[in-house]
Amino acid sequence: MSGEQLISHLYVLVLATFVGLWVIRRVSPLLHTPLMSLTNAISAITVVGSIVVAGRQESTLSTVLGTIAVTASMINIVGGYLITYRMLAMFKKGGKR
Amino acid sequence: MSASLWIQLAYLLSAVCFILSLSWLSSVPTARRGVLTGVLGMALAVGGTLLRPELASYKWLAVAFVLGTTIGVPMALMPMTAVPQRTALSHAFGALAAALVGTAEFFLHAHGPLDRFTTGALALEVILGFLTFTASLMAFGKLQEILPQRPITFRGQNLVNLGVLAVAVALGVALVAGKGGAGAFLLMGGLALAFGILLIIPIGGADMPTVISLLNSYAGLAAAAMGFVLDNNLLIIAGSLDGSSGLILSIIMCRAMNRSFTNVLFGAFGQAPAGGAQGAEAKSHRSASAEEAASILVNASSVMVVPGYGMAAAQAQHKVRELYDLLTKRGVDVKFAIHPVAGRMPGHMNVLLAEANIPYDALLELEEANAELPQTDVALVIGANDVTNPAARHDKGSPIYGMPIIDTDKARTVMAIKRSMNPGFAGIDNELYYLDRTLMLFGDAKGFLAEVVKEAQAEASGG
Repeated sequence: MSGEQLISHLYVLVLATFVGLWVIRRVSPLLHTPLMSLTNAISAITVVGSIVVAGRQESTLSTVLGTIAVTASMINIVGGYLITYRMLAMFKKGGKR
Repeated sequence: MSASLWIQLAYLLSAVCFILSLSWLSSVPTARRGVLTGVLGMALAVGGTLLRPELASYKWLAVAFVLGTTIGVPMALMPMTAVPQRTALSHAFGALAAALVGTAEFFLHAHGPLDRFTTGALALEVILGFLTFTASLMAFGKLQEILPQRPITFRGQNLVNLGVLAVAVALGVALVAGKGGAGAFLLMGGLALAFGILLIIPIGGADMPTVISLLNSYAGLAAAAMGFVLDNNLLIIAGSLDGSSGLILSIIMCRAMNRSFTNVLFGAFGQAPAGGAQGAEAKSHRSASAEEAASILVNASSVMVVPGYGMAAAQAQHKVRELYDLLTKRGVDVKFAIHPVAGRMPGHMNVLLAEANIPYDALLELEEANAELPQTDVALVIGANDVTNPAARHDKGSPIYGMPIIDTDKARTVMAIKRSMNPGFAGIDNELYYLDRTLMLFGDAKGFLAEVVKEAQAEASGG
């Protein structure tokens, strides 16, 4: 990574953090638990790096570590989205009873 | 257009999906759309990555996909009371993935030297990944009650902890400077693992909401650091979104306890302060039976329920719903006051009550609840303690002084379900229990509520 690349990545980091702060601040405290499980699923984006490391098959070590990493990320993707959806399905509005 | 450009385009769309996903999560009506958009974003990311030309074989990927799904599905079907533990465990998995990818990258490039910036990002990814991994496992152990929930402290603890972290960071700096090879890298990873354990040892159960949020943030930052190493903006964006979300939640939790990050991490809150509970016997309190409690509730016109971790621990949420249904049918206005740090993670109480089918518009935030409490007939405290202690408003010597509390003491009558008069987890005596307007209801939350429901039914049909 060159110095220029570092700076351009830092731009992305800073801008995405601001977007994150603005978007997340609007989330109702009611939904803080689903928020955490959803961001957990999103941070399983580590699957991208894991797939590359596991799939390139450059060395036994990297393939083993990569495969474990893909498994761990996959647990969070499947588990994270599914439990968030389950939780949200439970939130019902009253007034009709 | 080349394949690589299509993949980059998929990553870009994926990033857009993640941002939309989180912004739609802001309120209940759009939240489910948010989840589905998040799934789409992840599908684009995974699909794009699978098309990358450098992938030599899909064999192990297929194995990992099947294995991950097989473990992930049951983890999503756990009962809602287990959500804090489950969350801690998934922080551990996310952090582990980042740390292992970092480790693999390091050893792949061990022959050809990595440039300084990449090494720096790699060191950050591995340190954050490994420390979050063990810290989250420790948090899981405490929440699952495999480990003692009380904070464990020893002399010079903070010095030892910071020392371990400082050495790990120093090794990272040495790697960036081109000094030290595989040995330094492994030692750095090992120290990060150790620091994660040390970090959680002095953390008590009451501080878990802040710590879980902080670990959420670290897991995101580790993913963002991976983006720097792999030259991938999608990883940086998704990681930053997660990092900022964890940061906001930690700030909200800290504010709700009137404490700072440093105080949470190094303050070992929750040890019984010396002589903190003195004089507990000297003061008098009044108690009431289930029958008396039921009669007061049935004859009230408004009731504010204040749930806390005790409700979750006793799994009393379904009994609370029965009481809610019964009282609502009688025309009693029943609402719930949710303190931000009630329970073991942000939003814990809301999810439990939603699971028990209590409509979410009956759940009030702290400020809304406090605005209504002076006109409320009965405040019913179920398993909450410190968040109702009036000492937080006036007793400068109290460890919780300045913490925003639910003003239960402003309601006309207060009823608190509690096992005994023993001071709670933080070892702080609650003034609320000695007020003239307070009635203590002694017993297990679930069992006591069951009796109250039975008595209230009898009262409703008889009178």
